[in-house]
Amino acid sequence: MTGSVVVREGTFADRLLAARGSRRKTIDRIARSIALAATIACIIPLAAVLLYVVVKGAGALNLDLITKPSKALGTGGGALQAWLGTLQMVALATLFAVPIGILSGIFVSEFAGNRAARAVRFASDVMVGIPSILVGVFIYALLVLPFKQFNAFAGGVALAVIMIPVIQRTTEEVLQLVPRELREGALALGVPTWRTTVSVVLPTAKAGILTGVMLGVARAAGETAPLLFTSLGSRLVNVGDLGKPMDSLTLFIYNGARSPITALNEQAWGAALLLLLLVLGINVAVRFRSMGGTRA
Amino acid sequence: MALDTPVIAPDAPERPAPTRPPAPTGPAAAPAPDGEAAREPGIKLAIRDLDLFYGTFRAVREVTMEIRANEITAIIGPSGCGKSTFLRSINRMHELTRNATVRGQILLDGTDIYAPSVDAVDLRRFVGMVFQRPNPFPTMSIYDNVVAGLRLGGGAAKADYDEVVERCLTGAGLWDEVKDKLRQGGTSLSGGQQQRLCIARAMAVDPEVILMDEPASALDPVATLRIEELMLELRGRYTIVIVTHNMQQASRVSDQTAFFSMNEDRAGYLVEMDRTAQIFTNPREKLTEDYVSGRFG
Repeated sequence: MTGSVVVREGTFADRLLAARGSRRKTIDRIARSIALAATIACIIPLAAVLLYVVVKGAGALNLDLITKPSKALGTGGGALQAWLGTLQMVALATLFAVPIGILSGIFVSEFAGNRAARAVRFASDVMVGIPSILVGVFIYALLVLPFKQFNAFAGGVALAVIMIPVIQRTTEEVLQLVPRELREGALALGVPTWRTTVSVVLPTAKAGILTGVMLGVARAAGETAPLLFTSLGSRLVNVGDLGKPMDSLTLFIYNGARSPITALNEQAWGAALLLLLLVLGINVAVRFRSMGGTRA
Repeated sequence: MALDTPVIAPDAPERPAPTRPPAPTGPAAAPAPDGEAAREPGIKLAIRDLDLFYGTFRAVREVTMEIRANEITAIIGPSGCGKSTFLRSINRMHELTRNATVRGQILLDGTDIYAPSVDAVDLRRFVGMVFQRPNPFPTMSIYDNVVAGLRLGGGAAKADYDEVVERCLTGAGLWDEVKDKLRQGGTSLSGGQQQRLCIARAMAVDPEVILMDEPASALDPVATLRIEELMLELRGRYTIVIVTHNMQQASRVSDQTAFFSMNEDRAGYLVEMDRTAQIFTNPREKLTEDYVSGRFG
């Protein structure tokens, strides 16, 4: 490849100037601006909702709201029965959804064949997208009608149905991120597959799985529609009686916001802020604990 | 079962003869006889007519060779010639890949490791492996990494872990560097230290054979030298098979060298195997000479 010497015209600076892509720079600037605008448009609703809830809710969120139940009749009282109900039903749902979601995520990621994995993945994706009111109606037919009684247990199950696909999909995706070399490293030591999964793969993916669980909890705590048909809502404090109706923060907000009475509207704002803080608090607490215990 | 003649299996579709004749397989020594009788002293692994497939693609074709006990055997050859696939078949890691299949025999001390009675999980306690990229378990401390095989493998009687950790880390030349931080994470070490940790981890389950798949290719020259020194120290205690792209490495550490290549069908095969000095100075095959002198590959 030894050719003749190429003689170029002008100085290098001249050629550099001639090659300057002013058009390219303009397009670059426009594209960046559009991307930035889209990002801002994305954040505005989130910031607006948060800000609005904080501003409107801060005034109504007082000790009475947290410590007193609603009065049986008329206005006054607080939302004690509501946040207690949310905690109980979300806990119940977590109890059901965490083992099912994580185990099926493990199955799909570690053990299922291609076809089975695709089928479960598809089912989960559909489940995530199902309108939650349909879940409510379904559980209503399954666990309310036969007993002729709205009950908190049905509410918990409905929330679990909503949580399961969220946890399943995140678990599976996070497990897929664990390098194959780690699994092979364990298998090459004569460690059985199940033990490799439990002692090497799962601990490595722990933080991600936890994120999936938290996503599920947040999602369940914010649901209203599935509870309308199942736990119904109540003005009475219900602790532990899963066979009876139970209130939740979302139902409390729903009822209060629809009411013509201003005092109840304001309580609904307070409850909204409370719900926000509750979900945030659970998130922070779980993350803090899991960070404190990195040692597997 | 005519295992003594490494001829082309009758069911294997013959291809038009390549420009170079298919290399005769196996060492120059007289072919070993069948089954148990093949258990010659000094031979740890006897590979017979081994074909390895990914689905319908044949990655390795008709390998017949013998690996001597307590020596270091290097496997060299151009990229894609099936060296790693071959190595992974010796502790049955090959079959972890979907659709991967095996035909032929690998006898370890005379026992066919692909016999139905042999469990792959059990086998891997006797045939350990060190990988190309150091892969200590990130959630475990240095200490826990070393005893992971004992702890998670079950079966074996509960050993004195402290003793195992000190012995294996010393054996891997890592003890002095880490003895004061055994509780720290295994991934906090440098790349070379991590790889030696992985070797210590493999030694902890007391294997008879250690397979190394380009164990130094992700390391800098100094760390590479440490690994090579370590291999020479382990020689005599373990039968070591190492796949390497680095021909100087093969010539420095190994007793025997097997040269793999591939034909147009992309199936890797064994060109020749001999004492390492022989392969690098006076190989029988032209192809080998071209490769070790850097003329191709």
